[in-house]
Amino acid sequence: MTSPTLAGRHARRFKAPSVIPGFGVTFGYTLLYLGLVVLFPLATLVWRSSGLGLSGLYQIALEPRVAASLQTTFAVSFLAAGIDLFFGLIAAWTLTRYQFPGRRLLDAFVDLPFALPTAVAGISLAALYAPNGWFGAPLADLGVKIAFTRWGILVALVFIGLPFVVRTVQPIIAELETELEEASATLGASRLQTVVRVLLPPLVPALLTGFALAFARGVGEYGSVIFISGNIAYVSEIAPLLIIEKLEQYDYAGATGIATIMLAISFVALLVINLIQAWSRKRFGHV
Amino acid sequence: MLGPSGSGKTTLLRVIAGLNAPDRGRVYFDGQDATNLPVQDRRVGFVFQNYALFKHRTVGDNIAYGLNVRPRHSRPSREQIRARVAELLKFVQLESLGSRYPSQLSGGQRQRVALARALAIEPRVLLLDEPFGALDARVRKDLRRWLREVHKETGLTTIFVTHDQDEAMELADRVVVLNEGSIEQIGTPSEIYDQPVSPFVISFVGEAVALPVNVEAGRVTFGDRTLHIDTHGLRSGPARVFFRPADIAVATNGAGELEGRVESLRRTPAGVRATIAIDGYDQTLEIDSPLDQAAALGDRVPLSLANARIFTVSDTKTDYVDAGEGI
Repeated sequence: MTSPTLAGRHARRFKAPSVIPGFGVTFGYTLLYLGLVVLFPLATLVWRSSGLGLSGLYQIALEPRVAASLQTTFAVSFLAAGIDLFFGLIAAWTLTRYQFPGRRLLDAFVDLPFALPTAVAGISLAALYAPNGWFGAPLADLGVKIAFTRWGILVALVFIGLPFVVRTVQPIIAELETELEEASATLGASRLQTVVRVLLPPLVPALLTGFALAFARGVGEYGSVIFISGNIAYVSEIAPLLIIEKLEQYDYAGATGIATIMLAISFVALLVINLIQAWSRKRFGHV
Repeated sequence: MLGPSGSGKTTLLRVIAGLNAPDRGRVYFDGQDATNLPVQDRRVGFVFQNYALFKHRTVGDNIAYGLNVRPRHSRPSREQIRARVAELLKFVQLESLGSRYPSQLSGGQRQRVALARALAIEPRVLLLDEPFGALDARVRKDLRRWLREVHKETGLTTIFVTHDQDEAMELADRVVVLNEGSIEQIGTPSEIYDQPVSPFVISFVGEAVALPVNVEAGRVTFGDRTLHIDTHGLRSGPARVFFRPADIAVATNGAGELEGRVESLRRTPAGVRATIAIDGYDQTLEIDSPLDQAAALGDRVPLSLANARIFTVSDTKTDYVDAGEGI
């Protein structure tokens, strides 16, 4: 081998030289696991539903009950992620910025929705919000019905999604120096101006990540929702439940069809969020 | 404001800015009580040690911030703000960097942006909290000179916090020396150098040698030697004599108040620097002497004191009482 070819090979190297070896091994593992764990099952799903064809999928999506459930799933997930965004930010701020007795305990509570079996969460929430429950009874007196309606789904998804926002935003808040707020104040900015102009912009990328995670989790959530939603067709029936139902009726094509549609919508939604995030990182993320 | 870390300089600065509330005492701006004025309304230009620049905003936006957040009726027009930013960028010698982000600047440049941002609101007082703390020695020196010029041009009352005595002495018209949360002395740099009022000031500002002595009926004794220091009626008891290393010299007439032994000799451009151990004192001193008067290694030499201050050791052992100048 002559040196010019060697130089040529180096110029076209796949990765930059580094002090830590093992790129080949780790890259291989990454591809293998992504392939086995994520792409292979998803590909199977698409393959199973491919027999339906695009028009078949379209037909399924237009089925009134399916359309209603898809709408419920995505709309409620979106709304729940938005609520989580707001309260998650406040919770993350409080837990990071202030010192108070019981802070660590409270901080640990944030993770409970992660750890709790979703069915347990669903049953607890259903018991609380049912018309004879602790929250449900007084609300029923006011004429508000939560459990066994779409609002019930919202309550469950807000509960499930909260930790995603808190946990993604917390480290970024910890990095924000208090001097930034103080500098803003000495320059004459009001508190609201300081929050909007100085504190929020650096948090936008992390907030979007948290929102995307909470949204994705909400779309896929099954266990907690079915107990509180009442699963009333056209009203409070979520798409994952419909999939289970189709499977129980041995309607595999129908089930995979709905799943594929969900997959496509989720993928597009997450892609859009990621693009906004990339833009915001460019715009706000000069660290 | 000069003092070691933890002496309370930053806290005092923050109280002046309105970022901390004082437990006692009041803050006056030009005779106007500002103690209860919120920080937003004090119009102070505060420059933080870590710059505290808004990382998601360009240099120009950072500087314009204080003008942009003003209520609509008192906010300058876009063109006025742009002109002011350009003027300030020129003033801090960063004309071409207005559209960069803080992360793309060096430490010294960031510090100047922070200063320009503080100046943009036309503050009544400029407060600088160890602004050069994180910079290397060479940049510090340049910025120090530059800051003097800024001060001359703006004429702004500027309070500069530092733990570096050279910086304080070079920049300040008046120096406030702080220690453990209280002010030890306020004075011009020469007053601080020449008439330090406490052992802390004399040992913190410049080098000082402290000899443990005894005062008895107006006589100062160090071991079995008598020092010719006016005690100004200092009460009897243990005391401490402070002097600068430069104020001790090898006595040329042969009779000195102190005696020492030459431990080592080093050649300097002007003469010889001798390391001398004073009898009865546990530290060595370096004394420069001309070539022709140099002592030999191991010689015992008489030493004379030119200028010294004496402070008594009080009962608590940490307090000292000023006895005025000696000799």
